[in-house]
Amino acid sequence: MNLRIRFTKTGKIRWTSHRDLARIWERVIRRAGLPVAYSQGFSPRPKVHFGLALSTGHESLAEYLDVDLDPDDPRVPTAADLVALPGRLSAMLPAGIDVTDVVELHGPTTSLQQAVVSCDWTVEIRDVAPEQVGPAIDRLLAADELTVTRQRKGKDVTDDVRPYLLHLAVVGPTEHGTEIEAHLATQPRGLRISELIALLDVGGTEGRVRRLTQWTLLDGARIEPLAGSSGATSAPHATKRAS
Amino acid sequence: MTVWNQLEPLLGKVQKPARYIGCEDGSQTPEHTPEAAAWLLAYPDTYEIGLPNQGLQILYEIINERADGVAERTYAPWIDLEAEMRAAEVPLFSVDSHRAAADFDVLAFNLSAELTFTNLLNMVDLAGCPVRSADRAADDLLIGAGGHCTYNPEPIADFLDFVVLGDGEEVVGRITEVVAAWKADGKPDRISIHRALAGIDGVYVPALYDAVYGDDGMLLETTPNDPAAPDRVEKLTVADLGEWPYPKQQLVPLTEVVHDRLNVEVFRGCTRGCRFCQAGMITRPVRERPAEQVRTMVAEGLKRTGYDEVALTSLSTADFSGIEEVVRDTVNDPDCGGQISVSLPSLRVDAFTVGIAGEIQKARRTGLTFAPEAGSWRMRQVINKLIREEDLYAAVRSAYSQGWRRMKLYFLTGLPTETDEDTLGIATLARNCIEIGKEFHRNPSVTVSLGGFVPKPFTPFQWFGQNTREELQRKIFLLRDELRRDRGIKLKWHDPKASVAEGILGRGDRRLGAVIEDVWRNGGTFQEWSEHFDLDRWTAAIERAGLREEDLVYRHRTEGEVLPWDHLSAGLHKDFLWQDWRDALDEVGLEDCRWTPCYDCGACTGYGIEHVVASAVPPAGGSQGTGQDRTHGGEVPVTLLPTNRRDPVGAGTA
Repeated sequence: MNLRIRFTKTGKIRWTSHRDLARIWERVIRRAGLPVAYSQGFSPRPKVHFGLALSTGHESLAEYLDVDLDPDDPRVPTAADLVALPGRLSAMLPAGIDVTDVVELHGPTTSLQQAVVSCDWTVEIRDVAPEQVGPAIDRLLAADELTVTRQRKGKDVTDDVRPYLLHLAVVGPTEHGTEIEAHLATQPRGLRISELIALLDVGGTEGRVRRLTQWTLLDGARIEPLAGSSGATSAPHATKRAS
Repeated sequence: MTVWNQLEPLLGKVQKPARYIGCEDGSQTPEHTPEAAAWLLAYPDTYEIGLPNQGLQILYEIINERADGVAERTYAPWIDLEAEMRAAEVPLFSVDSHRAAADFDVLAFNLSAELTFTNLLNMVDLAGCPVRSADRAADDLLIGAGGHCTYNPEPIADFLDFVVLGDGEEVVGRITEVVAAWKADGKPDRISIHRALAGIDGVYVPALYDAVYGDDGMLLETTPNDPAAPDRVEKLTVADLGEWPYPKQQLVPLTEVVHDRLNVEVFRGCTRGCRFCQAGMITRPVRERPAEQVRTMVAEGLKRTGYDEVALTSLSTADFSGIEEVVRDTVNDPDCGGQISVSLPSLRVDAFTVGIAGEIQKARRTGLTFAPEAGSWRMRQVINKLIREEDLYAAVRSAYSQGWRRMKLYFLTGLPTETDEDTLGIATLARNCIEIGKEFHRNPSVTVSLGGFVPKPFTPFQWFGQNTREELQRKIFLLRDELRRDRGIKLKWHDPKASVAEGILGRGDRRLGAVIEDVWRNGGTFQEWSEHFDLDRWTAAIERAGLREEDLVYRHRTEGEVLPWDHLSAGLHKDFLWQDWRDALDEVGLEDCRWTPCYDCGACTGYGIEHVVASAVPPAGGSQGTGQDRTHGGEVPVTLLPTNRRDPVGAGTA
């Protein structure tokens, strides 16, 4: 039995790393008594799979985790257990991590890393006014090609990142700057938020960054990673700051 | 109140920001009131090193259970954040509610390593408080300290308002009462709180004492300058560990720290009597936790935290009565799903110990660590680490035969009376271990880890002049050259320069205060970290202070000499320590007093307390190979656990 869990990462807890988060989940799964399956071999590891890493410091309303359970274990959750599971897990998790949905995955599934094709974001750029950011966005969207030089295996590599910009718009001013919304593709390599801000070339620094939704494709239609299994669920559109 | 909004923009600019957010499972955000004494408990090193500290966690819980006290925690911000904080004028803060340090009444440090002293100054400064106690105003923070390093607090006496000697569980309540009362009075002046603190047993207030030096620069005495201060401050000892099942809610960090596991203290104190070991001397007598309580703390702790590893901590865990049962019960607990591993730090060197280790590490047999400490039987008698070679070889044979392939052996060099023959004896031991290993495996490996010996206060070796840096280096290279061609043996060593700095701070007097301040003012923080440690800073500061490294570190102390910590007491009679020092030079070993007659060191008799051990006989497998006569026993004040906890067995000289 395989579970897919959707959770948030907001507030102070966003300063934990992807690796920290994996360890937090490992302990919580143990506390919750979920009979996680272990890999075979010399040093068995729990079969827990994370999706796209979220940069340390970024918030998210839609993080995902797949947990493989040992089907022969009597502690495998029933349908009623599954309904109660989000609440149980949230109570054990640190403030800011809330489980918003748990579904059972049926049949063969693609890994989260491979399945997710794009994400929606809001990005705050500090110390820059909306009037400066707007034209910069227009310029990026009008470009045929946007090159970014990155280090890969110790070498400089130049990539065209224009195909990753699916949508970009100013939301409005914030206390410290400007908020924009971005829909960014993730395959095959994705575009980092820091790279996006550098491309805008309006100065300013990265403020609050929040992932709102992760998208997969089903027959060409965008759906959330657990919608295909449990019927339609939509991402919560909470925007309230958790700290 | 909170500095979170100023701090948060800095977190994106620094390494590992999760160290500064708190939010651990078990963390508390108590409500501060005008009636409650507010403690900011500090560990003067990084979060990763400081968070697991059990002493700090115990006090955190005990204070927060009180109506008249609240406690939060803080750790040394790493160099990157410190720079950002100073630039943005963000003060030292608690990780629990991100409150500024100045909002507390007490900033109290756990001092476990001398090289963290400059970090203490840095944190006091970041708190916005004058670093010298004499410069503080009435309502400035009270700066306190406890922990093993405070048995000689003289080097940092100028910076501290109070020092606690010994176990903190009981005294922290008394201090809270006194501080709360002073706060209720409106913090009228400094001297009234100093006097009130000095009136509490186990609390030393350095400002109420003067150190007097002779014309030759020798310390003549450290004597009270105020009637409120006792002539001598005695350490505190919790008589029954069973009454203090703390921490009850061990903090579970969100980011990786050292010792990231459940820790359950199974006993405190050690009477093995290793003469180099300060911990074993100052924490006497042995007080075991009832086995049933250990089981409960392990089971409930694992369930609450979700950890899959528990460490049973003490100074020599294989000596815990009933260790086999506790380990077996934990490993076989069906609630734990068979995935729990138990770690036993500080293992004795014998086959019995390996047997227990085998019980635990059924799956992964990677490495085992033993600490024979010295390379020859003669040397081991001098230091009273009475491991015979056959004990070591039996342990090693047992380990290799049960599937372990890698051994790590800990040794000290620079010990009293040490000759090159003793040093080279380490090579012989390591080679013999490899030979035993070859009977079982093709490529057995032995790592020899060599540390430079630093004499510590309240040990028989407190009179010993430490080896010079050059001498330590020579011995290390002697062994390195000897082992150069040995396949399978790897030598690692501790930087002798760090041993020098530790030696400077460990046995210094109040004149070291200027040196520590000088090093701190010149940027010498995080001296525990090799990338930041710089001995030159220390030698230059010593010169500027008009002191000599020779006097501080390398000089043998004499019998009649006044030591900087003579006005403090760890319970040990000075003549006992001196006799033990003479015995060491005569190469005479001393057996463990748990099961042999009392040597009257003072730790039990002086305070009317007793060993608390569940077994009247030494553990199976010999008492670290002392070969002692086991028909003796019960002739020391010993309380048996758990059936007759209140009734001493045997003669009881207390």
